[in-house]
Amino acid sequence: MTPFRTSLCAALVSAWLVGCGSSVKLDDAAPVVDAKANPAGSNAANANAGRGVNSGQSSVTTVDASKNDAMAGIGRVVYFDYDSYALKDEFRPLIESYARALSAAKTKKMVIEGHTDERGGREYNLALGQRRAEAVAKSLMLLGASDSQLEAVSFGKERPANDGHDEAAWAKNRRAELKDR
Amino acid sequence: MSNPPETQLCPSRRRWLAGALAAGALHGVARAQFRVEISGVGATQLPVGVTKFREEDRSGQSISGIVRADLERSGVFRIVDSNGDFDETSRPAYPEWRGRGADALVAGSAARLSDGRFDVRYKLWDVVRGNELSGGAVAVVSADLRLAAHRVSDAVYEKLTGDKGVFSTRIAYVTRVANRYTLRIADADGEGGQVALNSTQPIISPAWSPDGRALAYVSFESGKAVVWAQDVLTGERRAIANFRGSNSAPAWSPDGSTLAVTLSRDGISQVYLMDPKGGNLRRITQSSAIDTEPAFAPDGKTIYFVSDRGGSPQIYRVAAGGGNPERITFNGSYNISPAVSPDGRTIAYVNRNGGEFKVMTLDLAGGAVRTVSDTVEDESPSFAPNGKLIIYATRSQGRDVLMTTTLDGRIRAKLLTTGEDVREPIWGPFGR
Repeated sequence: MTPFRTSLCAALVSAWLVGCGSSVKLDDAAPVVDAKANPAGSNAANANAGRGVNSGQSSVTTVDASKNDAMAGIGRVVYFDYDSYALKDEFRPLIESYARALSAAKTKKMVIEGHTDERGGREYNLALGQRRAEAVAKSLMLLGASDSQLEAVSFGKERPANDGHDEAAWAKNRRAELKDR
Repeated sequence: MSNPPETQLCPSRRRWLAGALAAGALHGVARAQFRVEISGVGATQLPVGVTKFREEDRSGQSISGIVRADLERSGVFRIVDSNGDFDETSRPAYPEWRGRGADALVAGSAARLSDGRFDVRYKLWDVVRGNELSGGAVAVVSADLRLAAHRVSDAVYEKLTGDKGVFSTRIAYVTRVANRYTLRIADADGEGGQVALNSTQPIISPAWSPDGRALAYVSFESGKAVVWAQDVLTGERRAIANFRGSNSAPAWSPDGSTLAVTLSRDGISQVYLMDPKGGNLRRITQSSAIDTEPAFAPDGKTIYFVSDRGGSPQIYRVAAGGGNPERITFNGSYNISPAVSPDGRTIAYVNRNGGEFKVMTLDLAGGAVRTVSDTVEDESPSFAPNGKLIIYATRSQGRDVLMTTTLDGRIRAKLLTTGEDVREPIWGPFGR
């Protein structure tokens, strides 16, 4: 599974949607919270685990407000190949989603943070991360976002997402993160 | 310049006891005490004895130990069995020291004065010829005892090699413990570090001003890379490059009037010049690729930098006034982090080869390339102000560490084995 699909699935599960669809519409209706239905693996089920049906006055039902975020279910991270700042096709849906959201709400602003893996010099990695962030920003602008809505910055190799020292960790660290500001 | 050591001190009668004593246990003890791990053997090391300075135990600093470690790290000297109970007023038994394999001998004292300061005195003898070469005295407060020891090392080094010593210069580096980043200023041996800046966010790329009074650096404290300049003495600081995007890679011109920086304000990382306070900004590289890591040549007229305009990061140079850059590295697909030697003849840089990152030197006139490290995750080379040593960052036993090496790569020393991650070293100028 690609990194994009992994994060997509994780986001979907947390939003209580069952399965891992290949496409996510921004206007999908959020599922209704229903403690009685208790879909397997849901937060509500876990919260009431072991209490049975007569859980009494102490029972608490967890509600996840993150599903109200229009961008929930859309990843916020774009991954890159080693030494590369080329955007991979698999992230095109993600970029398009954010570009639509930005062009629909011109007051919305985002910062794109570029990152690299740990190999190589700090300054060159800072520039490489910057290049990755700029690549995402340029694509967003080509798809309708405005220059004034975006700032591309870089942390180079200073803020790894994964502290490991192998290819699996490095692949998670070569990334650009899209953040609201 | 005085004579080189080979002519000044007779080399012919050296080493008959060297193997038995110099490489023995006493030598190892001296190293361990000061946490300087030396690797490699020089071809023309001068054997020197440095006896314990009288009263140094009461001063709180092992002055003789500091001097021994300095001289060893230089790569020019080898310390012989240095047991002996005397000081700068003594008359050494030359035959005995010759028997230990020494060509030269240093002794001294660190007597406490009535005002609380310490009177650090030393003398240097030519053991082979049996005469005195030099001596000196300085009264210092206890906080400056390490400096006084380094000055003894400098005096000995200059007398015996003809080159100026760098032991009393300073270095800056960044330590990291969990999410605490600290910019420190320390003696050239990495010890005696003082904190210039604490942050919970990364600090990279410190750069000394040529007068040694200020450091420029990149701090991420505001959520992105911003270039700051800080007065070392007063702590006064200001953001000097804080444009849209990333601001990084500060480098001072040799006269201190100009800073080169990398800015992404125009959509891609390019090299700009500015006044030290941030004014008079002008762009000097014009590419659609990454241009970064500027470094001035000592004449101030040329700037070396890294660019991937040819498809992979390579080192180029351009006139400081702008113009057509000229590529100068051709071996391999990744050559970064240029540092220019004080004489302008050599650059040190990092080359990637098959996943290994190594400090290399390039002779600019002849084109000869030399590997000077035996580690594989090297970063950030920087020349000592006398051009005889390079300091760089690497990883050893799972830690970020600092190393010094001679330019021929024969003598390397690991600094500061304190268990902290240490990185981003930069060697300061002469004078303090």
